[in-house]
Amino acid sequence: MQKLTGKGVSGAIAIGQASVFQRRDARVTRVKITDIAAEKERFEAAKAEAIAELDAIYQKALREVGESGAQIFEIHSMMLEDDDYNESICGLIESQAVNAEYAVAVTADNFAEMFAAMDDSYMQARAADVRDISNRLINCLSGRKQAGASGDSMILCADDLAPSETVSLDKSRVLAFVTTHGSSNSHTAILARNMNIPAVIGVDGLLTSVKDGDMMIVNGCTGEIIINPDEATLDDAREKQRADQEKRQLLQNLRGKDNVTLDGRSVNIYANIGSVDNIGEVLANDAGGIGLFRSEFLYLESDDYPDEEQQFRVYKKVLESMAGKKVIIRTLDIGADKQADYFGLAKEENPALGMRAIRICLTRPEIFRTQLRALYRASAYGNLGIMFPMITSTDEVEEILRICKDVRQELEDAGIEYADRTELGIMVETPAAAIISDRLAPLVDFFSVGTNDLTQYTLACDRQNPALERFCDTHHEAVLRLIEFAAKNAHANNAWIGICGELAADTSLTEAFLRMGIDELSVSPSSVLKLRDAVRKLDLSK
Amino acid sequence: MKTFEYTIKDEVGIHARPAGLLVSKVKALGSSVTIEKGGKSASASKLFAVMGLGVVKGDTIKITVEGGDEDTAATELQAFFEANL
Repeated sequence: MQKLTGKGVSGAIAIGQASVFQRRDARVTRVKITDIAAEKERFEAAKAEAIAELDAIYQKALREVGESGAQIFEIHSMMLEDDDYNESICGLIESQAVNAEYAVAVTADNFAEMFAAMDDSYMQARAADVRDISNRLINCLSGRKQAGASGDSMILCADDLAPSETVSLDKSRVLAFVTTHGSSNSHTAILARNMNIPAVIGVDGLLTSVKDGDMMIVNGCTGEIIINPDEATLDDAREKQRADQEKRQLLQNLRGKDNVTLDGRSVNIYANIGSVDNIGEVLANDAGGIGLFRSEFLYLESDDYPDEEQQFRVYKKVLESMAGKKVIIRTLDIGADKQADYFGLAKEENPALGMRAIRICLTRPEIFRTQLRALYRASAYGNLGIMFPMITSTDEVEEILRICKDVRQELEDAGIEYADRTELGIMVETPAAAIISDRLAPLVDFFSVGTNDLTQYTLACDRQNPALERFCDTHHEAVLRLIEFAAKNAHANNAWIGICGELAADTSLTEAFLRMGIDELSVSPSSVLKLRDAVRKLDLSK
Repeated sequence: MKTFEYTIKDEVGIHARPAGLLVSKVKALGSSVTIEKGGKSASASKLFAVMGLGVVKGDTIKITVEGGDEDTAATELQAFFEANL
């Protein structure tokens, strides 16, 4: 058993036998020719053939990976017709009286080098495209067919694969491919993702370690490759693959479907995220929006207070990526178990009951205002909601609303754009907030129940203390009654109510939450479709 | 001769796809079009040359249009840049 690692560029696990891809030797010899006109004609004929082949590949790609993935082959055709490229080839044939194959090979080297020397990693990766079209030309000139892989259900191992080779692969036979070279920017990697073939690139020592027929496990997510695994490792991988496939199946069946019960009640299912990096997962799992974006990471990952501009850029990016879907950003929730040194917070006996979240913001309004300015500025780029954590009183909410109004006025005066309407909401995560929810609801647009803290404060159970687990009953009637009470008061005051704590993903409570009238459930991206599945199986009329 | 300047807004700049679109667009026009970036210039009907300029987001490029239909061509190109880059 041997382990190698590369860069996983396309997901899923594949298990199968290796097939080492031997590219036919495209080496070209320099031959003196006498009939220059005939040689140029030969080149033109080969070019027409190559363009016809590319057109066929384009059509295949269009069917298998869609238009955006197929476009590269249109570009390849255009590259073949590029004036400079053609002039270089014809110029060499004329001036040196050499064969077309040689002229193409030299030209390919020059153009590939031009790209390889550019600063931009994307442009560097274009060198592979130049080589791909040039090899095709040379093969047409010499009457060789472009090499294709053969064999059944195999894991293809190669030094590198050109985009046209990738698309020409028979998807029903290639389980995965692994290469020594390549970049994640390469069209090959992009095509692999579009074709849904697991792929790992940049695996050093691949071709010296693997031979035809070897058993292999390829993990396209982690980039791990195991050659000739032992039985236990193989079983483990099969199990992972099975679980993975099940998840994919669910994804396939539930993507694009509504979150609606059998009797027609619908609920929003949003995702919780803690960083911009998670947006891909949110979209991949088809969440209807972001119900909780924890802004703390901006503060925790920084050595000093993040400035307005820095925050603005992050919020704007999230809003733009979600393209008009709801994005609820929670203002900073530092303190308790989340500490940043530069805040200089005093050591506390009971940090969970201490200086945290909105309490810091109201004590040090300059930090709060910076965040609010960044949020309002970003509001112009999507559908933003702002949510405030750790609320216990109407006074706090009134003070927050005054500050928000001030900030909007400041932006207005400075002629800075912000959205006409940004929903403002509060977290219901203290028993106090739930109990006076009838007074809080008229002040805000929405509630979001933070079940983790609400449970800890209601049951007086420190959630960081594992010894208390048996006392910390997350389904405790007291907690559920508080949620139901808050829901009733929200609706009586035209506010909506969501749940963004871990309990939202607990499918044994989904029916209870829907019966309470909960409008939105916000869960980790990977739980979105599981929850959708649960909702679609419920019938509240029974 | 008509010239105008344009600052690239697209995240990835003039990469392969928009370069291909640009070249097809320019080839359909009757005028000759040159793109200039930081002293380097390239004919906009040549794909490799356009890609070789390495135009990235934030770069300001100068576009020169010369020929019989230069007025309409320049307007069309300006719209093309706004829409694609």
